[in-house]
Amino acid sequence: MAVSSVSEPATSATTTAVPALTIRHLTARYRQIEALSDISIEIQAGEQVAVVGPNGAGKSTLLKAIAGLQPITTGEIRVFGTERPEPNTIAYVPQRLQVDWRFPVSVSDVVLMGRVGRIGLFRRPSRHDRELAQRALERVGLAAFADRQIGQLSGGQQQRVFLARALAQEARLLLMDEPLVGLDIPSQDEIFRTLAALRAEGVTVLTALHDLQQAARYFDRVMLLNRRLIACAPARVAFTAANLVATYGGHLHLLSDGDGLLTVADTCCDPTPDRTL
Amino acid sequence: MIDFLTTPLAYPFMQRGLIAALLVGIVCAVVGVYVILRGMAFLGDALAHTILPGIAVGYLINGADRGALFWWALGAALISSVSIGAISRAARMREDTAIGIVFAAMFALGVALISTVRNSAVDLSHFLFGNILGVSAGDLWRIALFGALVLLVIILFYKELMLITFDPVLAATLRLPVRLFDLLLLAMLAIAIVVAIQTVGVALTLAILVTPPATAAFFTHRMHTMMMAAALLAVIAGVAGLYASYYLSIASGAAIVLTSTLIFMLVWAGSRLRRRNL
Repeated sequence: MAVSSVSEPATSATTTAVPALTIRHLTARYRQIEALSDISIEIQAGEQVAVVGPNGAGKSTLLKAIAGLQPITTGEIRVFGTERPEPNTIAYVPQRLQVDWRFPVSVSDVVLMGRVGRIGLFRRPSRHDRELAQRALERVGLAAFADRQIGQLSGGQQQRVFLARALAQEARLLLMDEPLVGLDIPSQDEIFRTLAALRAEGVTVLTALHDLQQAARYFDRVMLLNRRLIACAPARVAFTAANLVATYGGHLHLLSDGDGLLTVADTCCDPTPDRTL
Repeated sequence: MIDFLTTPLAYPFMQRGLIAALLVGIVCAVVGVYVILRGMAFLGDALAHTILPGIAVGYLINGADRGALFWWALGAALISSVSIGAISRAARMREDTAIGIVFAAMFALGVALISTVRNSAVDLSHFLFGNILGVSAGDLWRIALFGALVLLVIILFYKELMLITFDPVLAATLRLPVRLFDLLLLAMLAIAIVVAIQTVGVALTLAILVTPPATAAFFTHRMHTMMMAAALLAVIAGVAGLYASYYLSIASGAAIVLTSTLIFMLVWAGSRLRRRNL
C-alpha cells in the first residue's frame, strides 16, 4: 500500500517549435500480448514527464520502444522530429539490477561508456571526453568515487552513476525506468536534485514511477498509463477520480478531503521492479 | 641454480615449447577475460571439442600436415560458434542447450571420422592432450601471427567490446553493431582455442582460458588491469609448468594447467586472508 496525496505540480516547461517526442497511434506487443494500445502523446523539449500506472501497464515497454530497444507493431515515434534520431540523442537508464556489479570497471569507466558513440571507432577518449565524464560525476555528487569499482557503491550511488553516464552522453531525451526502486530517501532526493539540474539544461525527461505523490510534486506532467493512455496532463488535471480508477482499477481507493483528493493506491505489494513489463 | 634454469633450454624443442607456452598463455588469458565476464566458459569448452571433426577431416585429406590441420581446426571452430548462435535463435532455445547439441554432435562426428582410420591414435593424441614440446618453427609463426591479430583486434575495439560485455542495452541504444561485435568475439575465442590446442590439447584448453582471468579477478578492478594480470599469471604458469614438466617428467599441458590451478588457489587463499585482516 502506498499512500499518496495530490499536491501542486511544478511549473510547466517552455515550449519550442519541434517537440522532443511525438508518438502517434503507437501499438506494441510484449511476448504476444498487446502491451501498449494506440498511444498518442506529444512532449515538448525541456519537459519532465512522469509515467505512472500499475505493474504490467506497459511503462517499461513504452520507454524501450522510444529508445528503439523494443519493436513496435504500428504507429510512429518521432524524437526531435525524426523517426531515426542520431544515436546519442536518447539516454535510457534501465532498472537498476540489470548489470553485473562485480564487473571490473570503475565508476569513471562506466560514465565514459556514455561517450563511446561520440568518440567513434578506433579512437580513445580525449581530454574533452574525460572532462565531460568528470563534470557529469560532479553534477550527481560522485566525483570522489570516480576510481571506485562500481560494486563498491550503494544502490543510490549506482543509480546516479547511470544518470551521470546519460549526462556524459549529452543526450537530449532521458528515459528512466523506475529509478527510485529500492533507494532510501536521501538517495531519492539526490536523484530529484539531479533532475532539477537537468531542467536547467533543457533536457527532456520521461520517467516511469510508482509513487503518485512524487510524480505530482516533481514533474511538469503525469502520464497515466494502463496499456492505453488514460491522461497526460499536469497532476492537478490528470489526477481525477475517474482517471485514477481507469488506470488502477480495483487496486485504488479514493478519499475526498475537501480541498484535495487523497488516493490510496495499491500499486502492488512487490517493492522489486516489475520484471515482466 | 642457473643450471637448473638453463639446462632444459639447451634443447631447441624446449625453447620452442617455452615460447609457445608464453604466446598461447598471453592470448588465451586476455580472451579469457571476456569468457569469464560474459559467462562463456561452457561455450569455450564446447568449441575446443568441436574442433575434433575439423582435425579429423584435415587428417583424412591432408595427412599429418600441421599447417593444414590448423586451418581445418579453425574452420570447424568458426562454423560451430556461428551455428550455435543460429540454432539457439532459430529453435528459440537457451544457448547452453544449443551448445550442448552442437558440442556433442561435432565431437561424435570427429570420433566417427577418426574411427575410420587405423593407426591414427598416435597423431591425434597430440590434439587431445597437447604436445607443446612437438611445436615446430612453423607452428610458432602461426601462433605468433594469429595471437597478434587477436590482441590487435582487442586493442582496437577495446571500448566497444567492454561496452557490449558490460551493458548491451546501452550498446543497443547507441546503435553499435552488437551482433557484429558478438561474432568478432566468437571468432577471437575460436582462434585462441585453436592456437591453444597445440599446447594443452582439447581437453585442457578451457583451463588456460578461464583460470588466469579468474585468478586475476581476485585482485583487479579494471578490465585492462585484469587482462594484463591474467596474461602475467599465464606466463608464470607457462614457464613454471614447463620446468615442472621437464624435471618431474609429466605431460607438459597437464603441468601448465596444474601450476595455473595452484596459483589460483594460492591467490584465493591470499585474498581471503587479506579480507579478514582488513
